[in-house]
Amino acid sequence: MGNTKDNQGALWEVFVQKKPGQPFVHCGNLHAYDKEMALQNARDLYTRRNEGTALWVVPTDAIVSSSPEDIGPFFEPANDKVYRHPTFYILPEEIKHM
Amino acid sequence: MSNIDFDANFEAKLARNENIEPKDWMPDNYRKHLIRQISQHAHSEIVGMLPEGNWITRAPSLRAKMVLMAKVQDEAGHGLYLYTAAESLNISRDELLNQLHTGKAKYSSIFNYPTLSWADIGAIGWLVDGAAIMNQVMLQRTSYGPYARAMVRICKEESFHQRQGYEITCKLAGGTKEQKEMAQDALNRFWWPTLMMFGPPDSESSNSENALKWKIKRETNDQLRQRFVNQTVPQAELIGLTIPDKNLKWNDEKKGYDFSEPDWAEFKNVIHGNGPCNKERLGARVAAHEKGQWVREAALAFAEKRKNKKAA
Repeated sequence: MGNTKDNQGALWEVFVQKKPGQPFVHCGNLHAYDKEMALQNARDLYTRRNEGTALWVVPTDAIVSSSPEDIGPFFEPANDKVYRHPTFYILPEEIKHM
Repeated sequence: MSNIDFDANFEAKLARNENIEPKDWMPDNYRKHLIRQISQHAHSEIVGMLPEGNWITRAPSLRAKMVLMAKVQDEAGHGLYLYTAAESLNISRDELLNQLHTGKAKYSSIFNYPTLSWADIGAIGWLVDGAAIMNQVMLQRTSYGPYARAMVRICKEESFHQRQGYEITCKLAGGTKEQKEMAQDALNRFWWPTLMMFGPPDSESSNSENALKWKIKRETNDQLRQRFVNQTVPQAELIGLTIPDKNLKWNDEKKGYDFSEPDWAEFKNVIHGNGPCNKERLGARVAAHEKGQWVREAALAFAEKRKNKKAA
């Protein structure tokens, strides 16, 4: 047998929203042949115990991600912009909350 | 970066207890070890459905039947979490299934023992799932990210499995004389194969050294086995069942039980395909896969047809 063609359907990534208003969080992946099946499989596989109230399924090959080797240079621009943080600014002592 | 830098980077990540993720560079042998271990784990979940499925139609009450069906469904889910974790290491689902169906990949030897009575369903939940949890709790901290995350989900779900098994055993142990004998008989038959689930003794475990070095495993086979015995003996005593080991004795010095070595010759024999149910289990698994072929083909054809309709 060996290297046969995969006939288990394409790979999809699953995101669950725990409660309305909260962000969708990646929880895993699954195989399905189309988006309807992907959504149903996601329900059966990842929300058997009230894990969420909403689901997203996304074809895995539609996701673009950064690569680990580039971590340094890719995120480096954030490092030299300390003025993006509120702690950078000097306030009069009388102002307790802002 | 040169290969040496990649390797140093990998080792440094492990030393910092950071997870290795699918896109990270990893040594070939680390990848191979993980594929072997995770796929073996996935296959065990799937094959593990068979001995339990055997009792769904004969569960003694509607409650017991519903619970067992939910449990078997969970096992399927666990298999799926693990298959995709293995796939993230660049091996296809079909290849993984091929390895199982051709006997190239192994699954836990425990599932090659038969489930002769309802008490065996109790023993499987209580002992087999109990042993699996011991291993899986440790694996929540395994170094490969997708495997660790699958384990966190699985552990949350497994504790129901162990409790349902112990509940069945408790009921039988507190029932009629015959029922208690059934529970004791199941314990007698499943005790040793359960201890074997942790794998060969540390002195003979060929895979352990790398697994510990790479932080795939955090504890040794013998450490986990000892912890399982310590935990399980009082549970048996509480319901009046006897662990079938004459050498079982509390050792105050090591704060644990001394116990006999399982029969490792039997373990090897079962691993090599000669257990009571090896042929039956693999046969059932292959038949299920082949009988599902038309479903996969139909689903694919339907998806294609729909896609074309939308495009037109």
